[in-house]
Amino acid sequence: MFDAPDTQKGDASAQYVDSVGKYFVVYVCILLLAGLQVVVAYEPITLMSTVTRMMLIAIAEAGLALVFFMHLWAEQRGFLLSVVLFVGFIIFTMQDSWTDSFRIKFGVPDGRPKTEVMK
Amino acid sequence: MSQSESVTNGHGAVIPTEPMFSVSAKKKAIWLFIIADGATFTGCLLVYGFLRNSAQTWPTPFQTSTIANAMLMTFILVTSSLFMLLGVRAAKANNKSAALRWTLITVLAGVLFAILHIREWHAMIGEGVTLFQNPWNTPLFGATFFSVTGLHLLHVLGGVVALLWVGIGYNGGRFRADDLEIAGIYWHFVDVVWMFVVPLVYLLNVSR
Repeated sequence: MFDAPDTQKGDASAQYVDSVGKYFVVYVCILLLAGLQVVVAYEPITLMSTVTRMMLIAIAEAGLALVFFMHLWAEQRGFLLSVVLFVGFIIFTMQDSWTDSFRIKFGVPDGRPKTEVMK
Repeated sequence: MSQSESVTNGHGAVIPTEPMFSVSAKKKAIWLFIIADGATFTGCLLVYGFLRNSAQTWPTPFQTSTIANAMLMTFILVTSSLFMLLGVRAAKANNKSAALRWTLITVLAGVLFAILHIREWHAMIGEGVTLFQNPWNTPLFGATFFSVTGLHLLHVLGGVVALLWVGIGYNGGRFRADDLEIAGIYWHFVDVVWMFVVPLVYLLNVSR
């Protein structure tokens, strides 16, 4: 259940059997995604939409690099799950400051403009 | 038995045990380092996002030439990751000369990236953008830009030194293919971080 499909057995560490063609395809995909980010940057949309789209593309790029370049997919699934859960936990716990940034800009956590609050 | 861990029982006999998830201690260590370093960069980028979001005004000064330079740097770094993969592949196949060749090409790409980065910094400083001031009256713009990109550049330079050390050491028989693989994993991590730095620091500040 936890064995990675593209490893050879008989050794404690993963032995990758990737082809050069596979690496090249992933490489081209990453570059295309980077180009897509530039297209998104010049689109006439709101800042939040730009940030969301760019972050989704960046996560896709990073996912490709993590899975294929860093061979995380070739490791045992238990290890992969440990890394993903741990990283997800760290990122989740770092997200508690956004209400402060909106409060600094607008004066209150729910985002009402400062001028309204001061009246 | 070099890859597996072992424990001794009370009579001194060695009992081989499988390492957790069949991952060697060295690989576990580099992944733990990457997670910790990734948390550092995540914190830096979140702080940048916080400051940008909470500022009343934020400059968007990057012209097409700056964006083109950033994309060239992205191309060089991603290509260097591909070269590193080919180097590790050669090392796993016991081809020391090919592994060293690909590793040195990766190092050269890293150096080229650093040169382009420093050249860009030089241009920005020439325009009056420094850590504490800039022409747009938002001092934190320079502080965040140079901090985030500077931290990444430091990691690139560290990676260049590490790859040289391990690549030459592997060719000389001091290190094994697994050691080159671990150095390669660090280099790919540096690439992954850049994939987040470019959109947040460069592309969000495009001049329209």
